[in-house]
Amino acid sequence: MYPDDLKYTEEHEWVRLDGDVATVGITHFAQDQLGDIVDVDLPEVGAQVACMKECGAIESVKTASDLFSPVTGQVTERNITLASRIDGQKNPDFHPELVNQDPYSGGWLFKVKLADVGEVGKLLDAAAYRKLVE
Amino acid sequence: MQRTPLYDRLKEYPAKWVPFGGWEMPVEFGGILKEHRCVRQGAGLFDLSHMGELDVIGRDVDEAVAHVQRLVTNDIASLEPGAARYTAVCRPDGGILDDIIVYRSAKALTLVVNASNTSRMFEWFSVHAPVGVRIKDRTLETALIALQGPKAAEILRPLSSVDVDALRFYHFEEGLVGNVPCVVSRTGYTGEDGFELYTHESKAVELWDTLIAAGAPHGIAPIGLGARDTLRLEACYALYGNEIDEDHNPLEAGLGWVVKLQKGDFIGREALLEIKQRGLSRTLVGLTMEDRGVPRHGFELLHQDRPIGVVTSGTFSPTLEHAVALGYVEKEFKAPGTEVDVKIRNSAARAKVAKTPFYRGSVKH
Repeated sequence: MYPDDLKYTEEHEWVRLDGDVATVGITHFAQDQLGDIVDVDLPEVGAQVACMKECGAIESVKTASDLFSPVTGQVTERNITLASRIDGQKNPDFHPELVNQDPYSGGWLFKVKLADVGEVGKLLDAAAYRKLVE
Repeated sequence: MQRTPLYDRLKEYPAKWVPFGGWEMPVEFGGILKEHRCVRQGAGLFDLSHMGELDVIGRDVDEAVAHVQRLVTNDIASLEPGAARYTAVCRPDGGILDDIIVYRSAKALTLVVNASNTSRMFEWFSVHAPVGVRIKDRTLETALIALQGPKAAEILRPLSSVDVDALRFYHFEEGLVGNVPCVVSRTGYTGEDGFELYTHESKAVELWDTLIAAGAPHGIAPIGLGARDTLRLEACYALYGNEIDEDHNPLEAGLGWVVKLQKGDFIGREALLEIKQRGLSRTLVGLTMEDRGVPRHGFELLHQDRPIGVVTSGTFSPTLEHAVALGYVEKEFKAPGTEVDVKIRNSAARAKVAKTPFYRGSVKH
């Protein structure tokens, strides 16, 4: 449920560090709490995001949840298959359910080139996160 | 927190639970989208035993009918035995206290009320009762299971002593379902054909198991309150506490069809007559989203940055695969096609007033 090689936040997001790029997603616990996810509003590529600052939103059938960036830096990539529209046009390859079905792989949200790689070290490890949710 | 007679049975499913109107109820059994589509395409089973059942007991049923007639907006004097009618119950100023269904049989009159309003309705109908008429709350001894979906009749037909094909919409009959004595009512809150089955609480589990077993070849599944809400919203049925409450009257809520001002006096009649003559200042409309985002209860509606109304319910529609909502708007914005904005997370998202209902299912009016 909570892979050991990831870092976690108390807001139920995970971070995978690869060099100075962090991939961000939401945890199994978060997707289960939200229920069926129907759209994800992601930050633009090139946008500056800051730790604990709002950068998007996740819509499920029953509720909306603000998306907070767990790290600080510049967005280099985003998982466009989760967005209902791209530049105002309908996304022909739209699969928001990936966040529910595969939160740590196919359901990743966005990647950030970190301003400070050390920031990730401050996040929770898997054991600490498990304690939080179990 | 109260539990229905099906609590232990439903706990066997991997469900999520929520408090609702004082009851502990399942909100989803493995996914609202899946449950929603199950009801639209086949059949679903709902535990609605939290709803209130109030018997109105007079020296004869006519006395009970006369009492209720003075407290509801619809005309129930014309109900023949075996028929049911949806109606609002209003305060003297026209504010809606509850929306209920009145069931009339040869000997009895029963009100089915919202769970959150059961004690209030018990008091309202008791306080206003003339000598000789009393209210009996049968909620705790009564189980209610709804079987809804285009396959509902196919599932119920071989199980029931009631001729389901002869049973018309908003009519009911007593009979057996399997070995369980029930009131079989052709009513529902999903937009699909279906039945609401009332039985004694001691028989609830047997009735549930009978329907689950018989429905298995048709893909029947238990449905939680989450999908109940998305289903009713696509069909544009009002939900007490969202579209309707004491601060709204039935005329602006799109329930003018259950307000019979010519039937004789009833509580709220004078106010509703005056409101009708004066004209409505706001009205409930359907909205579909043009931009991204899902409108939710309480979100503001704007026209060129000016507040013109409020969203009462909104969701992603699993059938239409886009967001839909109901909300009140000032009357000049009520025409289908009118563009309005919904304030979603501090930005304005474009929506359009839409014809309602958003979706017409298999229900046979």
